[in-house]
Parts: sequence; structure tokens; C-alpha cells
Amino acid sequence: MAILVIADHDNAALKPATLNAVAAAQKIGSDIHLLVAGQGAQGVAEAAAKVAGVSKVLLADDAAYQHHLPENVAPLVVGLAKGYGHVLAAATSEGKNLAPRVAALLDVAAISDITGVVSPDTFERPIYAGNAIATVQSADAIKVITVRATAFEAAAATGGSAAVETVSGTGDAGVSSFVGQELTKSERPELTQAKIVVSGGRGMQSGENFKLLEALADTLGAAVGASRAAVDAGFVPNDYQVGQTGKIVAPELYIAVGISGAIQHLAGMKDSKVIVAINKDEEAPIFQVADYGLVADLFKAVPELTAELDKVR
Amino acid sequence: MKVLVPVKRVVDYNVKIRVKADGTGVETANVKMSMNPFDEIAVEEAVRLKEAGKASEIIVVSVGPTAAQETLRTALAMGADRGILVQTDAETQPLAVAKVLKALVEQEGPTLVILGKQAIDDDCNQTGQMLAALLGWPQGTFASKVVPGEGTVTVTREIDGGLETVELKLPAVVTADLRLNEPRYASLPNIMKAKKKPIDTVAPDALGVDVAPRLTTLKVAEPPKRKAGVKVADVAALVDKLKNEARVI
Ligand SMILES: Cc1cc2nc3c(=O)[nH]c(=O)nc-3n(C[C@H](O)[C@H](O)[C@H](O)COP(=O)(O)OP(=O)(O)OC[C@H]3O[C@@H](n4cnc5c(N)ncnc54)[C@H](O)[C@@H]3O)c2cc1C
Repeated sequence: MAILVIADHDNAALKPATLNAVAAAQKIGSDIHLLVAGQGAQGVAEAAAKVAGVSKVLLADDAAYQHHLPENVAPLVVGLAKGYGHVLAAATSEGKNLAPRVAALLDVAAISDITGVVSPDTFERPIYAGNAIATVQSADAIKVITVRATAFEAAAATGGSAAVETVSGTGDAGVSSFVGQELTKSERPELTQAKIVVSGGRGMQSGENFKLLEALADTLGAAVGASRAAVDAGFVPNDYQVGQTGKIVAPELYIAVGISGAIQHLAGMKDSKVIVAINKDEEAPIFQVADYGLVADLFKAVPELTAELDKVR
Repeated sequence: MKVLVPVKRVVDYNVKIRVKADGTGVETANVKMSMNPFDEIAVEEAVRLKEAGKASEIIVVSVGPTAAQETLRTALAMGADRGILVQTDAETQPLAVAKVLKALVEQEGPTLVILGKQAIDDDCNQTGQMLAALLGWPQGTFASKVVPGEGTVTVTREIDGGLETVELKLPAVVTADLRLNEPRYASLPNIMKAKKKPIDTVAPDALGVDVAPRLTTLKVAEPPKRKAGVKVADVAALVDKLKNEARVI
């Protein structure tokens, strides 16, 4: 049976995590359809048609889907799902919002945040903040799954030439409406896509001090992240949070500054290729996962590091 | 308006869990258990709504073993009015819990159900969305602000790019994110008072719900361990390592 992947997009562009979800689908089977539900999303559908491995794009273009309200999108997916063995979405805030709603309407389990495909009905997923990996098997006819992007190498964005088919919508359920959005603007790479991430914790002491990290990040072309403590304290916006209940990142290089290394934080970054920790407490648990640890006062070490990198890069 | 808040008993967030040697699960015997932290935030929000005169009664529900009564007592001590324990020793997966909750919603008639966005044991992040689906209600997930209005509730949500605000027709389901509020500690007098608050116990069968799991856990394993790294003496040594050994800059 074919696999339906729900595209994550903003009506203008496909979100990169969709490509990781397609990659997971490729491990399950070969006939992969991408659903683009949105408004004025023709361009997204065209981009989706070029994704390697996708055989068909379904475009549902309707005002009801403009803001991807799950109350409206879930019935659409449910209507389509009957013809599929699997429904996948990236484990983004949108995928997590939508997939369980779809699963319940289909009366099937949802399988969250998979990190491995063992067979078409068996998957690996982290539990307990990634301190254990469960292998779970589904007995349901339709498997509804969200995919952890960092666990699957992205499918190529080009190379495919799928047909775009228009599907009719199911309209507005009339129970929810979009009021507004406050998106964090940044010139830096997106946190989950960046090759290098520089994160700050409570040790930064203030939002103002994050400028030190931003300077370091800009030298490296890196994204800036944070611990929960730094977000809770209002140093940086919520979407900076890395961890069990924030974003999952796995860059080439992760630099943790003034972060103690609580398990909830480690859950979001311990699959990074190289981890650097800068902390004045040599006992800080972050050093147990760091490839390179520097015991130092960050207010001295970070500007020094920025200056040193400026020299060598 | 009545508010229903489901709470889950989980391994305390400070516990470093151990995978059982036979790979069947995670060690939970003799381990500190607590209310799922996100559920504490959900209870707190309900209590604040009541204190603000917006909620009339708070019913807390837990689906799980007899010991989940303690979790209900904690919620009662925080300010909930009464508890319902849906007693089962079986493994309860989100779809089954959502079905149990649907049955209770039909029985109790709340206008708002507030759940934690995710349980920190199975990390599923599903139950609220599933309950909303089964009830045909709107859902405000990952909430950082909840403002009830006339027949509606306005919910600000933490999303990947920042914040989003939606307006939902009541009745509705809301799931709490970390920054919705800071839960209170129950005071000693309130803990004493909570002992007298009623907790009903029912079986899933009595609610007409089949809680049999849909997913079979074939095995639970430790994640790959990272090799211990080295400490570097200074910034120059760090840059040298990054450039010449790790080759990441
Ligand atoms: C349900 C739940 C979910 C959670 N989810 C997440 C999550 O997704 N992500 C997350 O990060 N956390 C999460 N947490 C919180 C987590 O448990 C920790 O509280 C948090 O990660 C701590 O942040 P921190 O390391 O910045 O702060 P702290 O633990 O306070 O550490 C600060 C560190 O900075 C160092 N420091 C201070 N000053 C300096 C200086 N001048 N120079 C160098 N070092 C300095 C200190 O030595 C210390 O190690 C969650 C918790 C719960 C209960």
C-alpha cells in the first residue's frame, strides 16, 4: 500500500523536516504520496513534486487550510487515509498537533517521533527523554507516525517529477480560528537545520548577555539555541529551547555555554556529532557528554573563542 | 464552567532511569514517582481559573494503578475539588486513555479539559489531541496562555517558529506547555484538606472502554553511549582540537 506523507509548509515553501519524513517513508515502502494542504500553496505543491522518491502530490487548496488548523486538516487526511497503509508527518509542532488527531479519528494508535524503521509495522522511538529506545510493533491497519527529523537523512529536494493532483477539501469545521502569529525573526540558520548550534543556559544571566553568543554564532555561521532555564527566565524566545520538550537538534557541532546538562536538555542535543561544553563548574554533567570540555568563566571564554575563531576562519 | 484535568503518575523527572536487563522495559520498582510535570501545570491553570471566578469545579482524573490515588491527592491539595481514579494495572496507551476520558467527559460535562502536552515517560504527546478528536472538540495544544471568553477560549501556543494564537469554540481541549504558569506547592493545611476530598474509583470496563494496547513493545534498549571526551586547557587548545582533530570548523 502507498504511504501518505503530510507536508509541513507555510504556503510559500516546504519545511525541510518534510524531506526527513519522506526519507523515513522510503525506508517503509516505495509508493510515496505527499499531501499539501494549504491556501495558495501551488508553489509548495510544485516543490513537493520535485522531491526525490515522491510519486504523487495531492494538493488541497482551501481557505480552511491556510493556517493548518488541525480541526480542519484532520478530516481531510482521514478521508484520504483509507487508501494508505501509513500516514507520516514530521515531528514538528504541526505534525505533533495533527497526527494524533488523525489517528484517533481513524481509531488507530499514533507512533510519535520515530528514530528508526525496523519493518513496515515495527519502529524505534525514544522514551524517557531518550534514555531508552523502545521498539514497538503496530497491529493497526493504518500506521500514523511522526518522524524525528534528525534520525533520517533528508530526501533530495530535487530529482523527482511527480504529478500534482488536486483533491477537494472538507471545508471549515467551524470550531477554531486563527488569531495571529508572533514569529521569531532571525538572519541565522534555522535551529534544527544548522550545521553548528551555539546554546546558552542560565549561566548567561540575561538576554543582553546572549549577544556574546550571537557574536560567536555569527563567526561560525551557527544558529543560537538555549536551555529551558534561559527561556523561562525570558533571556530568549520559546522557540530557542533545545531538549526533551523543545527542539531536537543534531548538528556537526554543538557548543553548550553555561548549561549544566540536565537529562531534559541532553535529550535534545546528545546526537550532535561533536559537543563542546563551556562551564565554570568542572562537575557539571554536560561534561559527561562533551567531546571537548572547557572549564572556564563563559564571560571570559566566549569573547576569547570568538576572537580566536575570527583569526583562524 | 467545569474543568476536567487528567493527571498521570510517572517516574519523577529527576530520576536517572535504568533499562531492565531483560529488555522488557524500564525499572519502575523502588523508583520515585510523581505527577507528570506538564500535568501539574495543567492543574495549576485550572486552579487559577477557579480562583479568577472563571471555573466552578475542577475534577481531576487519573488512569492507572491504585497508587495513582497519590497523584490525585497531590492535585486535590493544589486546589482541585474531587478526583476520579480509573483503576487499571494494564499498560495504558494514549488512545485508550483518550477513550476513557471521553467517557468521563460525557458523564461529567466539563466545558474545558486541560491536559499536559506530553508525559515524560512515554514522551508521546498525543492524549489531548486524541481526546479532542474523539469528542469533535477543538484543541489548543502546547499552550503558553489560556484566556476564556464568552463561549470561546483564546489560546497562545508555542510553535516551532515562535507563538501562534487561536480562538476555539467551547467546549475545548487545551494542552499545557512549560511556560503556561509555574505550579504552586501545596501548603500543609491544603494537603490535610485534600485528604477529605472525595476520590471515586471506577474500572475502564464500567465506562465501556477497551483499554487493550494497540502497540506491542518488542524491546526496550539503552541508547548508544557517547564516548567520554577530554577537557581542554584553554580557548586556544579548544580551537586547535575543533580545527585539527574534529575538523568541524
Ligand atoms: C517537564 C520538564 C521538561 C523540561 N524540558 C527541558 C528542555 O526541553 N530543555 C531544557 O534545556 N531543559 C528542560 N527542562 C529543564 C531541565 O531539567 C533543567 O532545569 C534545565 O535544562 C537547566 O538549564 P541550565 O542548564 O541552563 O541551568 P542550570 O542547571 O542552572 O545550569 C547553569 C549552568 O551554568 C553554569 N554557569 C553559571 N555561570 C557561569 C559562568 N559565568 N561561566 C560558565 N558557566 C557558568 C553553572 O555552572 C551551571 O552548570 C525540563 C524540565 C522539566 C521538569
